[in-house]
Amino acid sequence: MNALLRYATPALLGIAVLALWEFVVRHFDVPPFVLPAPSAIAAALSDDFTSLMASLWTTLRVTVEAFVIALTGGVALAVLFSLSRTIENALYPYAVVLQVTPVIAITPLILIWVGFERIDLALVIIGFIVAFFPILSNTTLGLRSTDRNLIDLFRLYGASRWQILWKLQLPSALPYLLGAMKISGGLALIGAVVGEFSAGSGTATGLAWRITEAGNRLEIAKMFAALGLLAVLGIVIFSALSLLEWALLHRWHESALKKER
Amino acid sequence: MTTLLSLARVSKTFDNGTQAFGPLDLAVKPGEFVSLLGPSGCGKSTALRVIAGLLAPTPGEVAFPGGRPEISFVFQEPTLMPWRTTLANARLPLELKGASHHDADARAGEALARVGLKGFENAFPRELSGGMKMRVSIARALAARPKLLLMDEPFAALDEPSRQSLNDDLLKLWREDGLTVIFVTHSVYESTYLSTRVVVMTPRPGRIAADIALDFPHDRKEDFRLSPKFADAAAKISAELRGAHP
Repeated sequence: MNALLRYATPALLGIAVLALWEFVVRHFDVPPFVLPAPSAIAAALSDDFTSLMASLWTTLRVTVEAFVIALTGGVALAVLFSLSRTIENALYPYAVVLQVTPVIAITPLILIWVGFERIDLALVIIGFIVAFFPILSNTTLGLRSTDRNLIDLFRLYGASRWQILWKLQLPSALPYLLGAMKISGGLALIGAVVGEFSAGSGTATGLAWRITEAGNRLEIAKMFAALGLLAVLGIVIFSALSLLEWALLHRWHESALKKER
Repeated sequence: MTTLLSLARVSKTFDNGTQAFGPLDLAVKPGEFVSLLGPSGCGKSTALRVIAGLLAPTPGEVAFPGGRPEISFVFQEPTLMPWRTTLANARLPLELKGASHHDADARAGEALARVGLKGFENAFPRELSGGMKMRVSIARALAARPKLLLMDEPFAALDEPSRQSLNDDLLKLWREDGLTVIFVTHSVYESTYLSTRVVVMTPRPGRIAADIALDFPHDRKEDFRLSPKFADAAAKISAELRGAHP
């Protein structure tokens, strides 16, 4: 009953808001170029279904690529940091610089360097830049939070540096890494979209471009449709990573303990 | 009788200049159950780490005249890997030494059965009580088939009944395996109950204040705690401890 209520309450609220929206638009005759009714958005979605889905696919592909590269690169660099303080001291400040510089300000440069004919590559790079830092900093923290006594125990039983990393430090860092992945998944999507908006026109064919194009033509319903798809994409990415976190942690980690305990 | 372990003028001074203990001279024979007794902060845990080879003495020498024996260490906390089941935790030493998966599991299972955890092989640490976690920690130490078992206040965080039953089980394992145990504790009664020899330490930097041999039978039972001999020995050790900590 509680589980049913948990899902039913937000769903009912959503339906009520959509109904009110539809009613207000119809009753007050709001022009469609100001605020289209939900029914008009649904119609736009169905009319341009093929092109919108192609754009959704492009944005998804760019996001996933950026995320996977950020994940691999972030974990690899964090491992390198845990092996050598010198490397960490040398590189960490630059990782921070990359993080604190607003991505929108670097985007034009990257677009010029990579070239508008390879816009997808430029978008992947932009997505990577924003998604990279949380993975790096959280994994570094996680690798460093390993129980000192367990490290001593590994050393006592003659473990190699590699065994300590693989069997002890990486599993210890896993909860930190999974938390960072949930943040970075969303950031990779933001990077991909911001990059595309910044590119304006060109060869980009993702959802951001659909929004720009529809806006220029005052097809507001189509804008809403593309916007809705972006939101759905963000939710799907977040849910998939939450599911992954649950699958890997629920049997042993404190965060998965039931609340009543 | 030969000497298993000998410490010659061993001290430990940390990088910040704090001297934790020493100089310490100590010879331990095979089969002894030696308690290092002293209050918190007297450097006895540091001494245990130096014996284990986890810290280098500065200066001094830790020698094993008969060759370095297999050493296991039990910490004050259970120090288990929360992502591993009980069995996977207990097999760690064997895994690190390259034993086959099959052998490692068999020996770890055996060790768990000896500490009374048969049937809990697939439980995760968070599903176990404090006393059971400590049993897993002891099973992990035993799985390595150590000659020398180093224990750093292993039962200090447990409730009284768990502590007493673990005391008895530890004595049984010590007798059965012919282990040599060095047991760090701040409890006079625990050291009296368990040991063949109690080494009383001074405040930091810890040195040996008294070295008291206890010749009680090895198969001590619960009623030993109530015997006059136990009370006398505890009183004597307690007096030494007070004398060392004015």
